[in-house]
Amino acid sequence: MSALLEVADLRVAYGQVEAVQGVSLSVEPGTIATVIGANGAGKTTLLAAIMGLLPAKGGVHFEGEDLAYVPAEERVARGISLVPEQRDLFATMSVQENLELGAFRRGRAEIPQRLEEVYALFPRLKERRRQHAGTLSGGERQMLAMGRALMARPRLLMLDEPSLGLAPLIVRDILKTVSQLRDTGVSILLVEQNARAALAVADTAYVMELGAITLSGPASTIAADPKVSEIYLGGGH
Amino acid sequence: MSRQWVGFAVFAVVMLAVPAVPFIPDYWVTLLAFVGVSSLVALGLVLLTGVGGMTSFGQAAFVGFGAYATALLSTSYGWSPWPTLLVSIAVTAVAALVIGLVTVRLKGHFLPLGTIAWGISFYYLFGNLQFIGAYDGIQGVPPLSIFGTELLSGRAFYPVIWVIVLAAIALTLNLLDSRVGRAIRALRSGAAAAESVGVNIWTAKLAVFVYAAVLAGIAGWLYAHFQRAVTPGAFGLNAGIEYLLMAVVGGAGHVYGAVLGAGIVTILKDLLQDWLPLVFGQGGNYEGIVFGILLVALLQGARTGFWPLLASLFPKPGARRILDAEPLGHEGAGTDNPLLEVREARKTFGGLVAVNDVSFQVKPGEIVGLIGPNGAGKSTTFNLVTGVTRLTAGQIVFRSQTITGLAPARVARRRIARTFQHVKLSPAMTVLDNVAIGAHLRTRAGFFSGMLALDRTEERRIFSEAARQLQRVGLADRMHIEAGALSLGEQRLAEIARALCLDPVLLLLDEPAAGLRHGEKQALATLIETLRDDGMSVLLVEHDMDFVMRLTNHIVVLDFGSKIAEGSPQEVRQNPAVIEAYLGADL
Amino acid sequence: MDGTIALFLIQDGITNGAIYALLAVALVLVFAVTRVILIPQGDFVTFGGLSLAALEMGRVPGSVAMLLALAAGAMVMDLVAARHDFRAKRIGAILLRTLVPAGLISGAVVLLAPLQLGPAVSILLTACLVIPMGPYLYRIAFQPLARASVLVLLIASVGAHLAMTGLGLVFFGAEGYRTAPLIDANFQIGPLFVSAQSLLVIGATVVLLVLLSVFFGRTLIGKALRASAINQRGARIVGISTELSGRVAFAMAAAIGIVSAILIAPLTTLYYDSGFLIGLKGFVAAIIGGLSAYVPAVGAAFALGIVESFSSFWASAFKEVIVFMSILPILLWRSIWSPPHDDEEE
Repeated sequence: MSALLEVADLRVAYGQVEAVQGVSLSVEPGTIATVIGANGAGKTTLLAAIMGLLPAKGGVHFEGEDLAYVPAEERVARGISLVPEQRDLFATMSVQENLELGAFRRGRAEIPQRLEEVYALFPRLKERRRQHAGTLSGGERQMLAMGRALMARPRLLMLDEPSLGLAPLIVRDILKTVSQLRDTGVSILLVEQNARAALAVADTAYVMELGAITLSGPASTIAADPKVSEIYLGGGH
Repeated sequence: MSRQWVGFAVFAVVMLAVPAVPFIPDYWVTLLAFVGVSSLVALGLVLLTGVGGMTSFGQAAFVGFGAYATALLSTSYGWSPWPTLLVSIAVTAVAALVIGLVTVRLKGHFLPLGTIAWGISFYYLFGNLQFIGAYDGIQGVPPLSIFGTELLSGRAFYPVIWVIVLAAIALTLNLLDSRVGRAIRALRSGAAAAESVGVNIWTAKLAVFVYAAVLAGIAGWLYAHFQRAVTPGAFGLNAGIEYLLMAVVGGAGHVYGAVLGAGIVTILKDLLQDWLPLVFGQGGNYEGIVFGILLVALLQGARTGFWPLLASLFPKPGARRILDAEPLGHEGAGTDNPLLEVREARKTFGGLVAVNDVSFQVKPGEIVGLIGPNGAGKSTTFNLVTGVTRLTAGQIVFRSQTITGLAPARVARRRIARTFQHVKLSPAMTVLDNVAIGAHLRTRAGFFSGMLALDRTEERRIFSEAARQLQRVGLADRMHIEAGALSLGEQRLAEIARALCLDPVLLLLDEPAAGLRHGEKQALATLIETLRDDGMSVLLVEHDMDFVMRLTNHIVVLDFGSKIAEGSPQEVRQNPAVIEAYLGADL
Repeated sequence: MDGTIALFLIQDGITNGAIYALLAVALVLVFAVTRVILIPQGDFVTFGGLSLAALEMGRVPGSVAMLLALAAGAMVMDLVAARHDFRAKRIGAILLRTLVPAGLISGAVVLLAPLQLGPAVSILLTACLVIPMGPYLYRIAFQPLARASVLVLLIASVGAHLAMTGLGLVFFGAEGYRTAPLIDANFQIGPLFVSAQSLLVIGATVVLLVLLSVFFGRTLIGKALRASAINQRGARIVGISTELSGRVAFAMAAAIGIVSAILIAPLTTLYYDSGFLIGLKGFVAAIIGGLSAYVPAVGAAFALGIVESFSSFWASAFKEVIVFMSILPILLWRSIWSPPHDDEEE
């Protein structure tokens, strides 16, 4: 198996509703894969299940190893980090403390060096390092959430709607950082509602509708497919 | 006679026959008499905790009020015991009303903490008031007597206790199966839903609280005359915890669970008090160890208690029969134009502007869609109209009258009905019962007429209306099953049926298509169209674009809290701002 | 009432308030991290105090049996949870965190207790006996309920308290004990007699509060606990497991219980069930602070101590009534002003 992450026939149900209905996808090392789809397609649920935050059926393999009995905290230690849709920052702790906790599984010794690297990537965070995370702007929060995830030195970074609620210029910056990260060797699974932006940076794309993947292929091919716009704005049939 | 009452009759005969059976030893008759006393308290707790969702650790205090009232009057003042029953009830009811006014307003875990606080306080209060004997309590309470015969033995007293318990069970069963009872049953998992059809949830909560306390007070009255002595120790926090344990063990949502729980705990306690000191080689109250472990284990392994296990051995209660009845009053559709007008509605949370001066109208007989990407402020706008959230500025005008700032139950009185994005049905109630709550404002029966079953004509009318609305949404064949067994699509339809029972002029639907399968969406769309053709106006929040485009006459698009477009589906689909909001800008 | 009496009452109130402050901090800590309202907090105080008293007399304290019972309980729970994955390594790990340490501690206590090696060793042994009870209690009663509502956790907490108090009676007996004061002296400051023990109580409380703030402010594990309290999901995605923070929080609660016990045991006779009432007072203070803020809880604890000591002067019979009734208006106020949230359970 060459893929870094291999998801096979993943199913997640909330009571009677199956929010993710047999999704299979893979992320190759050093690439960006994106899952796009309208609101409510089940994208967030998919990422939470890959992270181990929700009970799911089906296979998740990371670097060839089955993660079935591996809890979320252990998956972090193995090299998967999630930047959730809600950001889930520690609002009443300082920016720097948030970052330090990102390296919780790596130990104290690595913190200074990792901090340097994250501050180099997001100089804005360094300026604000003493400020509470709760006082940051939307864009800064997104940077902090990404920075915190990177503190764990992940091999797979999963981003859930990084553009949510952000102005277009900031979205552009964030996505630029995402492609920089790919160039340093971090593989990325990007979930986005903002299809155009996501397709512009991704290598591979999956389109998700009502809990299932309905279209997949190279990002450039998907971007040209007229069906994508239909999914978002209704087909008018 | 329905199966429920056959079951009750069998139970009543068995329980009343106990003391007449000569080979049952006196000891066990007395023990079962105590089970009866505790059952009354546990029955109140089942209603309060299991049905109403309010956990009380302090119920023993109300037993104390009842017990002290009669003990004091029948010793110091020489009253005969029977009339003091009324005093015991009155004292407990007044105390419960005062305590309840504060308690039912407590939110979440503050409520049980509050009951711990007053539960302890009353113990110390009883123990320090000289006129009720302080920690020594009151001794020499006279026994009850009937026709001059004093009821001194357990065997003689037993029938009094169990007649009262059985009467309480019958009245409670009636109550739960009434207009007020359904509102109470909705408190735990669907308070917001009950409120949305006009139920005043504070009154409902207070009513259950007082009812539960009065049952405890009656238990206290029995206790005082059975024990012939009253001491504060019996009304402290530990006793309160034991009563709650009974409700949890039996199954906090079931009337008979109270009796079962009281039986298990009382008998277990008796056995443990005999055996544990032998095990540990010294005297003491060791039953706490077993009770504590039992409580934790039940919460971990069998949170519904033992009654459901036992109940599965009996035949299920039959389906309610829907009888022909005079239809409930029906008022015409609204013709005011516009029907609903949202004027510059604004809502800020702290510094965040969630809804930014949004204005739009809903005209009579129109389906209006409110759409926008995630976090656009659709749900907040919806909540502003329904009164769940208060406006920061702006106005909501309905049929030319302002409804700004009205609470949800008041908004419902204007005949605005709604459904919920996260379905709010009470899963353990039948679909029919859930839907019947919708007719709350169109009917009148109160607490006592429900308890005494004086409301049966009106009940028939309610259920015939509920059945009619279920028929209308296409759920007629599912009405007798528990709401929890419905698929999500069916649950959404049931919510619409409940809303229709309000006889609404305007129907608000919060993401009605979310999570539905394709076929279910088709059926839902057809239903909404039918309702419109019947003259109803509909405002719906939805993010399934196909659904909205196909169904609505008029669409309002929100993004970042502001209205960015408005118009017909065609216009909206081609609007560049809308396309950008949904697909993102080209980078 | 003259000034001397008032000063005496204030001193008494502050001394008691210091103890309540410690317990309030423990309750806030446990609630913030695990959402458990820890009714058995007071039981840790009892077990600490009674263990200390037994060790002082050269006896093996009942807490040895108590610790072994809890460790065995935790082991059973762990084994049941591991039934799908029964490898020797895993069973070994379970034994290593349950019966093995509990056995070693118990052995050490049994050997050392009769030697009466002085207060320092007694305190150390007490700590070794009682602190692990915290994580074991968490494992047995609360870890399986980690996803349950606060309400369910509260009922479980009441159940745990009931069982712990019962076990306390079994292992310690019904007799009450008081330990020798650590420092036996009195000073006269102006018109006021001040006992060294009450100065010690206040001093130790202040020191412990400072230590706690250093722990939360400077250490990674302290920050991790704060993080779990602020955002459980956020904590999980950086690799802080819910169980780990739960165990640490409970261990700290037990440790704070011991400190309170050391401070209070020379001042009052402790019985197997006295902890409950002391714990509940800490609880009242914690609730006044909203169960979420340390500083207001500490402030409230001192205020509560003073209210209590004045009400015992004016209306001693109704002291407890006044103290416990005082939280109702606060609960009401908090209910009205707290942001609207779903009261309903799953």
